[in-house]
Amino acid sequence: MNSFVERYSTTSATGQLRRAQRLADEEDEFSDAAWGSSAGFGNIVKGSPSFMVPNTPDPTSFLRLHTDDHADPSCRIKIQHGTTTLAFRFQGGVIVAVDSRATAGSYIASGTVKKVIEINPYLLGTMAGGAADCQYWETYLGMHCRLHELRNRERISVSAASKYLSNLVYSYKGMGLSMGTMVCGWDKTGPAVFYVDSDGTRLKGDIFSVGSGSTFAYGVLDQGYRWDLTDEEAQELGRRSIYAAGHRDAYSGNTCNLYHVKEDGWKFIGNYDLAQLHNQGYGYEHRVEGRSSANPPEVVATA
Amino acid sequence: MSIMDHNGGSVIAMVGKDCVAIASDLRLGNQALGISSNFQRIFPVTDRIYLGLPGLATDVATLHERLRFRLNMYTIKEEREIEPETFAHLVSSTLYEHRFGPYFIEPVMAGMSKTPSGGLKPFIAATDLIGCLNFAKDFVVAGTASSKLYGVAEGLWEPDLEPEDLFETISQTLMNAVDRDAFSGWGGIVHVITKDKVITRTLKARMD
Repeated sequence: MNSFVERYSTTSATGQLRRAQRLADEEDEFSDAAWGSSAGFGNIVKGSPSFMVPNTPDPTSFLRLHTDDHADPSCRIKIQHGTTTLAFRFQGGVIVAVDSRATAGSYIASGTVKKVIEINPYLLGTMAGGAADCQYWETYLGMHCRLHELRNRERISVSAASKYLSNLVYSYKGMGLSMGTMVCGWDKTGPAVFYVDSDGTRLKGDIFSVGSGSTFAYGVLDQGYRWDLTDEEAQELGRRSIYAAGHRDAYSGNTCNLYHVKEDGWKFIGNYDLAQLHNQGYGYEHRVEGRSSANPPEVVATA
Repeated sequence: MSIMDHNGGSVIAMVGKDCVAIASDLRLGNQALGISSNFQRIFPVTDRIYLGLPGLATDVATLHERLRFRLNMYTIKEEREIEPETFAHLVSSTLYEHRFGPYFIEPVMAGMSKTPSGGLKPFIAATDLIGCLNFAKDFVVAGTASSKLYGVAEGLWEPDLEPEDLFETISQTLMNAVDRDAFSGWGGIVHVITKDKVITRTLKARMD
């Protein structure tokens, strides 16, 4: 029934895609070649980017079969999954901290991935799930944020930007997009953080962490979080949370990238090697000061 | 995901000039979650033989105990210390006995074996989980980082390394390989076996 409806409906994602493609085929005026690849932003003249869709009666179920790892973990287009990203709101703005590891199975494909996407000087997006999906759609979001500025003579709110993204990914639901992102920024309402994922979820909140290491990051974050954290305390908390996740989670690690969003836009605070953080005081050895079960502290006799 | 990758961990052994080295990481994990950074999977068998057991942690303990029992029986019957070659075959046959329900372990052995002239020569060997022996002349690897270990060892190893140079080579090989593997790492340990002594050192490694 669903596939039957999908096939003839004109409002579903696949229906619209099919229509867009038909229009694109008919429109000789702007051929894709003139604008580079068909997924390039040049084709904005047509209103929306058009993608090649599998030539099957029901592309959604075909794509789900080949790209959705929940349905079938063994047969899928491999995408980057392990990650730790976090963002939180506090008195001094928004802190955004992420790790930099990319894994393909157990292989650490890279330790220097940029998981914070700089959408514009006031907006940041984080990257978890499909690296290409996040990168492409958040860059695309940046373009539309700029168009919003030109049309309305004011910066887009974080709420509107995140809603644009969530509506966009929702229109591709079931076609294998994979992203869990936090859209962070500062607008008229002050600091704001929105969680958006490829299922179509969009949540406003103060504290979010996304990825395989998120549970470890939440542990440290919840423990140390207060609204009236100073800037330095907040940056330290973000860094410390990513360290904890990098330590325990096999799919997270290498380095931490830290950003701070204030009224005048975001600022890159630094890139920190987790191995250095471990040796410079974050590590267990430093916190127990050489004492452990193998070398316990002396028990002070009580009366 | 394979049960061989459940707990993670890797072992490598290398031949040097009148010495051998065996090294391993110290991680014990439960899939992606790191549990311990002090899990010993290399065991001394005799004064001159060391055995590394990468694979499923429950089988590391079981197989170690089982081999210790069989080794004691051998030593009592023969009234002499076992030779590395003989021990390798003991490991192999113990594993093949479980051909249709194997221990999920790929053992790596390193030792010094007696020559007919009374000298000692380096010996390394590895088997798969059902006991297929591989007597290599250069190096053997096993565990979740085995493919990465092969790559680095292939590039760094050279013949006739002195004990200190062999230590450096095996340490660099291990550390650089496990830094590219999500399931290995969290510290390392190296044993260099020479004619008259064993040098054991722990490595300060990345802890992420």
